[in-house]
Amino acid sequence: MAYAADAHAHDDHKPSFVKRWLFSTNHKDIGTLYIIFALFAAIIGIGISFLMRLELQTPGMQIFADGQMWNAWVSAHGLIMVFFVIMPALIGGFGNWFVPIMIGAPDMAFPRLNNISFWLLVPAFLLLGGSLFVGEGPGAGWTIYPPLSDNMYHPSPAMDMALFALHLAGASSILGAANFITTIFNMRAPGMTLHKMPLFVWSMLVTAFLLLLAVPVLGGAITMLITDRNFGTAFFDPAGGGDPVLFQHLFWFFGHPEVYIMILPAFGIVSHVISTFSKKPVFGYLGMAYAMVAIGVVGFVVWAHHMYTSGIDVDTRAYFMAATMVIAVPTGIKIFSWIATMWGGSIKLDTPMLFAVGFIFLFTMGGVTGVVLANAGITQILHNTYYVVAHFHYVLSLGAVFGIYCGIYYWIGKMSGRQYPERLGKIHFWLTFVGVNLTFFPMHFLGNQGMPRRYPDYPDAMTGWNLIASVGSYIAIASFLFFFYVMWVTLRRGEQAAPNYWGEGATTLEWQVSSPPPFHTFDELPRIR
Amino acid sequence: MASTSEGGSPYKHPYHLVDPSPWPLLSAFAAGALVTGIIVQAHFGAWWLLILGVAATLICMAGWWWDVVKESQTPGVHSPVAKLGMRYGMVLFIASEVMFFVAFFWAWFHFALYPEHVSGAEAVIWPPDGILTFDPWHLPFLNTMILLLSGCTVTWAHHALLENDRRGLITGLALTVLLGMLFTSLQVWEYAKAPFPFVDGGIYPSVFYLATGFHGFHVIVGTLFLLVCLIRAIAGHFTPEKHFGFEAAAWYWHFVDVVWLFLFVSIYWWGAGEIAHF
Repeated sequence: MAYAADAHAHDDHKPSFVKRWLFSTNHKDIGTLYIIFALFAAIIGIGISFLMRLELQTPGMQIFADGQMWNAWVSAHGLIMVFFVIMPALIGGFGNWFVPIMIGAPDMAFPRLNNISFWLLVPAFLLLGGSLFVGEGPGAGWTIYPPLSDNMYHPSPAMDMALFALHLAGASSILGAANFITTIFNMRAPGMTLHKMPLFVWSMLVTAFLLLLAVPVLGGAITMLITDRNFGTAFFDPAGGGDPVLFQHLFWFFGHPEVYIMILPAFGIVSHVISTFSKKPVFGYLGMAYAMVAIGVVGFVVWAHHMYTSGIDVDTRAYFMAATMVIAVPTGIKIFSWIATMWGGSIKLDTPMLFAVGFIFLFTMGGVTGVVLANAGITQILHNTYYVVAHFHYVLSLGAVFGIYCGIYYWIGKMSGRQYPERLGKIHFWLTFVGVNLTFFPMHFLGNQGMPRRYPDYPDAMTGWNLIASVGSYIAIASFLFFFYVMWVTLRRGEQAAPNYWGEGATTLEWQVSSPPPFHTFDELPRIR
Repeated sequence: MASTSEGGSPYKHPYHLVDPSPWPLLSAFAAGALVTGIIVQAHFGAWWLLILGVAATLICMAGWWWDVVKESQTPGVHSPVAKLGMRYGMVLFIASEVMFFVAFFWAWFHFALYPEHVSGAEAVIWPPDGILTFDPWHLPFLNTMILLLSGCTVTWAHHALLENDRRGLITGLALTVLLGMLFTSLQVWEYAKAPFPFVDGGIYPSVFYLATGFHGFHVIVGTLFLLVCLIRAIAGHFTPEKHFGFEAAAWYWHFVDVVWLFLFVSIYWWGAGEIAHF
């Protein structure tokens, strides 16, 4: 309260430690909390993937006791990466930090809701992490399909812990989404019309709508699953007349928008970075904005392409195949507009730009295999193989994660006031780029050979590519540790960052304020011409 | 609440910068205790954590909203722009609730439109063989009328408030709360009379009870919301210009009402099978 009573225009009086970090109502502090949380969760999520690659490095059982334990840890890896790394970093972290600043608002619309959105993730993460050590663990994959997630196959509290973790994380997302939409609609500075809004804000607006409309459906689905497991209902239980396919519909009606929820904020960040480092405005700004809107809208009507082998009829599959391929159109608009932005620009390949260009390359790879998988016929063969694993890691683990790295290098000077060391950043990029490609590219071949997901063992014939994938993952994990070193160097010895350290290419409002910005960014609203 | 005390805010903008608050942190952990309490109860039969979690959640909600109400009574905090933000927030919250109900209606139509989705049934019909349903024009229709009437009384209260007629506001609100409680009581009575059990009753009771039960839960929440507004109306918190808390409660109540109309039409009426007679 002390800071608020002080009437100096640009004072930087911050509340005491407990009030500032535990009771926070400041979008930048909460954004920082989100980013720290996401990095902490990433250590665990990536640590699990290290164990997975150790297990798969050679045939036979190495470190996991049995298939159930394997499945539990694989499920935890997926859920942690989706709900506790990518979403908190991109939406909670960068969204909180930069949406208010970019639209010229002093904070988010509902600062207390903002804080509960963050803190709900903590009990959620504890429940999910704890579930690994209870009973048989939550071994039904991140898609938690019944009947495997029923109490017949997962009788212990572990699955319920994972489901309630999703409930809490879901509540966090819904509240956060309402907060972002309200902020963007209600708190734009004078002159900041929707069609002048930076693309990162557009990406967060679309993301927030997807969250608001998709996550409650997951909430309904897991509520039914919880009552099936504990209170004697039969929604998904064939013995009582229920239908497991109903769960798949509900899950993917959420799950498909969810994958766009993870990638759209990365689209926004990459747009800014490409423009900044090409010293050109984004090519086709309105097309870029409405391409994201189109992806968001069409993303709600393609869900059953995840269910081609669940017995849905041929006409349904034909529709979902056609609708899915339509998504390639707005996605293509974005890819080509990024390339056109670089075309003829005065390009500087600093670390954020390297990650942005890497993003475009890797996301295009994942997008192309996505079009392959959109075909219901081909997916009869590829469903649940490593081809699918390769596909979604190219768009998420490489796409969304590159988006996170891209955002951190682009904005770390703005957020911390200290600039990262360029050479170390470049080393980090190349280590990561080589590592992740070595990890995931061979998985296409393994999938074509028929290697299924969610098995801890495989025939000897598949050893070669698995070994290469494992070596690649060790490089990627080493690069992740190296990233912490880069961050440590940045925060300890980084140069003081100027307000606009990228120069003339960086045009959005965050480059008009100091690095780091004052505790309350704008005491007086900026005017946008 | 020093940020915008007398003399106006130190900031040259119309937004409400909220002071640091313990409630978000405490609420998050209370919610964590609540859901863990459900797990502990379901698996080990112990109630203590659930009771603790529910109590903690209620205390946090009360404390948090107490602060909001206090802020609303502080001049200059809830500026017109801040109030517009709250409107956005409430509409978006209701939109997310609608999508929550979509999941349960989806479950209903998954089986009602495609009875072949019902596993193991000999006859492809919905409601499944052997399920007797309620006469829609009996208790369900009475409940429909009660909710529609409560929609009228809350509008009466709203218009009275706009005319600065406190007596009308309080009477209209009190009637709405009573009608809400009457609806809930009748719903409990219906459940008690139901010709099919909730536990291990198969797919029809599962969908019926969860869809109507979640609606019932929302009616209870809406009734409490209106009850708080009634108390605030008696305390004189609302003016013809400034009464967003009341409006939000009214919006929520209409939302609950509309969900019931969909439940009534699709589950009780269109989805009726052989009628049970009491």
